[in-house]
Amino acid sequence: MSVIKAIFDREFMGYFATPVAYVFLIIFLVLAGTFTFEIGGFYERGQADLRPFFDYLPWLYLFLVPSLTMRLWAEERKSGTIEFLMTLPITPWQAVLGKFLAAWAFTALALTLSFPIWLTVNILGEPDNGAILAGYLGSLLMAGGFLAIGACLSALTRNQVIAFIITIVVCFGFLLAGLPLVLNLFSGWAPQVFVDGIAALSFMTHFASISRGVIDFRDILYFALLIGAFLYANTIVLQMKQAD
Amino acid sequence: MIKIDALSKHFGSIVAVDGISFECASGEVIGLLGPNGAGKSTTMKMITGFITPSCGRVVVDGYDMATDSLAARKRMGYLPEGAPSYSDMTPRAQLNFVAKVRELQGDVLQTRMAQVISALHLEPVLDQSIDTLSKGFKRRVALAQAILHDPGILILDEPTDGLDPNQKYEVRELIKSMSANKLILISTHLLDEVEAVCSRVLIIAEGKILRDATPAELVAESSTGRLDDVFREITGGKAA
Repeated sequence: MSVIKAIFDREFMGYFATPVAYVFLIIFLVLAGTFTFEIGGFYERGQADLRPFFDYLPWLYLFLVPSLTMRLWAEERKSGTIEFLMTLPITPWQAVLGKFLAAWAFTALALTLSFPIWLTVNILGEPDNGAILAGYLGSLLMAGGFLAIGACLSALTRNQVIAFIITIVVCFGFLLAGLPLVLNLFSGWAPQVFVDGIAALSFMTHFASISRGVIDFRDILYFALLIGAFLYANTIVLQMKQAD
Repeated sequence: MIKIDALSKHFGSIVAVDGISFECASGEVIGLLGPNGAGKSTTMKMITGFITPSCGRVVVDGYDMATDSLAARKRMGYLPEGAPSYSDMTPRAQLNFVAKVRELQGDVLQTRMAQVISALHLEPVLDQSIDTLSKGFKRRVALAQAILHDPGILILDEPTDGLDPNQKYEVRELIKSMSANKLILISTHLLDEVEAVCSRVLIIAEGKILRDATPAELVAESSTGRLDDVFREITGGKAA
């Protein structure tokens, strides 16, 4: 545990050692506010909930989370520090977990800092704070999914821009998987099981119910498995690169 | 001790290391001497477990790198080629990070920190971001993290590269002072470094060990009494 903690601390502080953390937090909060109050029609809806906030969050994550994960491994590879790191008595799992948890904690911080939106809705009305809490939990889980994908893809390259773009494309695929636009492409010719399988992979399907305050064990399991699978893939990528 | 047995590494069709074998024990300072591209760094990367050999074995203090890599890595300190350090950290933070990963605590940690900081003269830059440091300081920070846990085995890839003559002298003196109870493997293409610190030399070219001798034996082989002439003869005239 102490090894994971050491890597976690290093990575987490690493965000704040450069302007990355501040730029990310400011852009995240400004965009979250804009989407909620301006585009999402927070006041016009006349409802005391955070639906506009949660509805736009996946799209915000799509562009912001890859900017957090692109450096996780690509930068280590480019600067050569990966050789220093991976020759310390550290297992690939410890390194992968430490980095992932640091990025996840950072997104948790960003989410927490969106509390003025929650305060606003509580001042203006009487929202169901249980449902809002569930929404936050779902958002955090979804962020974990985005982060695990991004971390794994960052390990494939030494180029941060490539890591950024590939992560956006893959996450975009996961976001859209459940939409008719994508499903219609397959429903004409592919077996229904396959179409259902693609729909079941969608972030949106699983996030939609949690963001409304309905915590379904299957949705939590989905995100947990997704995170686990990509972190596992991340360790495999590290080991494959070692044998290259 | 380190035992290398028929170690090879292929990158596609390129053979970087071609079936090398040697053993070395505590108290030795072994210089891997060879032209650029000879396979020195690749050999070190395999010994420290950063890359997996295509075939062959590395055994460190009885621990096989293929099966007990973690135990083996705990016994080693490694200065990688180019002396990479986290540029966004300060030397103090980087050393603290290594200390935590290597589970150094309490008095041992305090003592070792003080010793390596003093031995490598890092005091003036301890709280300065590493990316603002000179090449010499960066290398010394990387060297400090390699020796922080006082390992029995040190693998140093070009430890004095980028240092000025005074710093080179000090690092060589440091290596010599540690050599009595450690196994130190250094790679270099500097012949004066071999004469200054090594008790044994492995001349390596095109992935093969061409000669295993003491510096004195090598000098004795030369008609001119100069190590660089012997080196040129053995490696076929490739520039050092």
